[in-house]
Amino acid sequence: MTQQSLRRYRRGSTREAAAAYLFVSPWIIGFVGLTLGPMLASLALSFTDYNLVTTDGTSFVGTSNYREALLDDPLVIASVKVTTYYALLAVVLDLVVGLALALMLNTGLRTIGTIRTIYYLPAAVSGVAVSLLWLWIFQPSGGLANGLLDLVGLPEIDWVYSTTWVIPAFVLMSLWGVGRSAFIYLAILQRIPTNLYEAAAMDGAKPMRRLFRITVPLVTPAIFLNLILGLIGNFQTFTQAFVISEGGPANASLFYTLYLYRNAFRYFRVGYASALAWLLFALLLGLTLLIFRSARHWVYYEAGGPGAKP
Amino acid sequence: MASAVDTLGPRPTGRWARRLSALVIVAGAVAVLLPLAWMLTTSLKPESQVFRTPIEWVPTTVRLENYPEAVTLIPFWRYALNSLIVSVPVVIGTVVSSTAVAYAFARMRAPGLRWLFLLVIAGIMLPGEVTLVPSFLLYKELGWVGTYLPLTVPAWLGGGAFNIFLLRQYFLTIPREQEELARVEGHSFLSILFRVIIPQSWPAISVVAALQFVDVWNDFLGPLLYLTDQNRYTLPLGLNFYKDIYNTQWAHLMAASLLALLPCIIVFFMAQRAFTQGIVLTGRR
Repeated sequence: MTQQSLRRYRRGSTREAAAAYLFVSPWIIGFVGLTLGPMLASLALSFTDYNLVTTDGTSFVGTSNYREALLDDPLVIASVKVTTYYALLAVVLDLVVGLALALMLNTGLRTIGTIRTIYYLPAAVSGVAVSLLWLWIFQPSGGLANGLLDLVGLPEIDWVYSTTWVIPAFVLMSLWGVGRSAFIYLAILQRIPTNLYEAAAMDGAKPMRRLFRITVPLVTPAIFLNLILGLIGNFQTFTQAFVISEGGPANASLFYTLYLYRNAFRYFRVGYASALAWLLFALLLGLTLLIFRSARHWVYYEAGGPGAKP
Repeated sequence: MASAVDTLGPRPTGRWARRLSALVIVAGAVAVLLPLAWMLTTSLKPESQVFRTPIEWVPTTVRLENYPEAVTLIPFWRYALNSLIVSVPVVIGTVVSSTAVAYAFARMRAPGLRWLFLLVIAGIMLPGEVTLVPSFLLYKELGWVGTYLPLTVPAWLGGGAFNIFLLRQYFLTIPREQEELARVEGHSFLSILFRVIIPQSWPAISVVAALQFVDVWNDFLGPLLYLTDQNRYTLPLGLNFYKDIYNTQWAHLMAASLLALLPCIIVFFMAQRAFTQGIVLTGRR
């Protein structure tokens, strides 16, 4: 390369780098201004007693917000329990039902286009209107849920007005959208080469064995992704809890985000709410890392199965 | 991704298993439709017949007046207009900024760019709660609380990690030859983006637009935090606010709720393919 063309190449790539950063700049501004900055601000606030209304007397309080949350506030423990119970139940059922549906869809249904549309419909609707619909469905008298229980001769349930059933009711509501997961799994199932099954069948492997030896391992990367995104997503449950049960009855549906919202915007305890936010962040980060670390034992990568070293 | 519909793939099962599967799948589809059918049928009943047991799927008297009454009982069209005032700039901002950002990540070379992309991915896993309170303080400091700005401006700043990821993956599948030709002819990156990339990327862009529209149209927490004036309430906020007024009037409440969902259902049917593929592509929630 001559000196001149080298210089032109370098100038070109400098120009390219400048263009690249110009294109990415909206995201950088957003990330610094609306993610990184606020995150650090909330970390700093979590060590103060900052109050949204009486802002003049803010002082540094050390770790007392964290100590209060972890040791002295029974509602934090309660909301962690409620949220974890919901998140685990919702994620596991989504996984099991979604995968089962995908396996059944994969056996070759003719009218799959229509079926697909119907199963995806819940993904297009959400929020307050849907929460109101489910609030109506779960009305003990006149609601659809108890109407169906009546129809098959089962006893009625108080659903969102019962401490026992409010979380299962929310899980049922989340399961309405299981079609989305089913079609994610289906897309993967359809990429599994047929000859794997043919070979296994020739070796005399029974259907159940083929399921757990071929299908499930090949779907584990998607399960892994769904597990992480599902946990994070479910830990942010807010609208349903706010609209349907308002955290009740007796705090039985006091989701973590709802409690955080109340602390910040109803009790105006910004410092405490910031500590709650960081505790949640730490918890989710811990869970995510745990799932990541466990991945090599059960997530199958094509090189040679779980735990395979390159 | 398109092959997902047409090729049936491996069928490691017998005839009876297939029939049973078909039965379960159809039953599941019916179960998915039940709540929406219940919503529709309730919205057409006179309030006095709503609570009847055993449940009636077909109203004995169809009462269409529920709809005009529902939209006057609350300022429905005012809220719908407000929702539109928020949704349109959010969808446009998301599409514009995520396209630009994703294009840089897909095609340009610059020191540190790969690290930034990893940060984008990490952002997908960040729970929104962590920034909830300080963002509110920031907007309060800017004097934006009570306006639509906290709801619309962020969409113009990157357009969300999921969308950037989705568009970048799509751009990577476009062959480079045309671009290189355009580069040699001296076109700028911006002009290449408009002449070469965007015309080939409408499927992916419509995914982003459709999913974003549904998200912003249904958003509740954002308006709840930032909209203080009832005249500026969006539909979700308005519906929730009037929940107690409607309370026992389920027919009217379902009529209003169904009308509120209608734009999403229309977008879903219009962009159905885009919709389903976008979800499969990213695992987005």
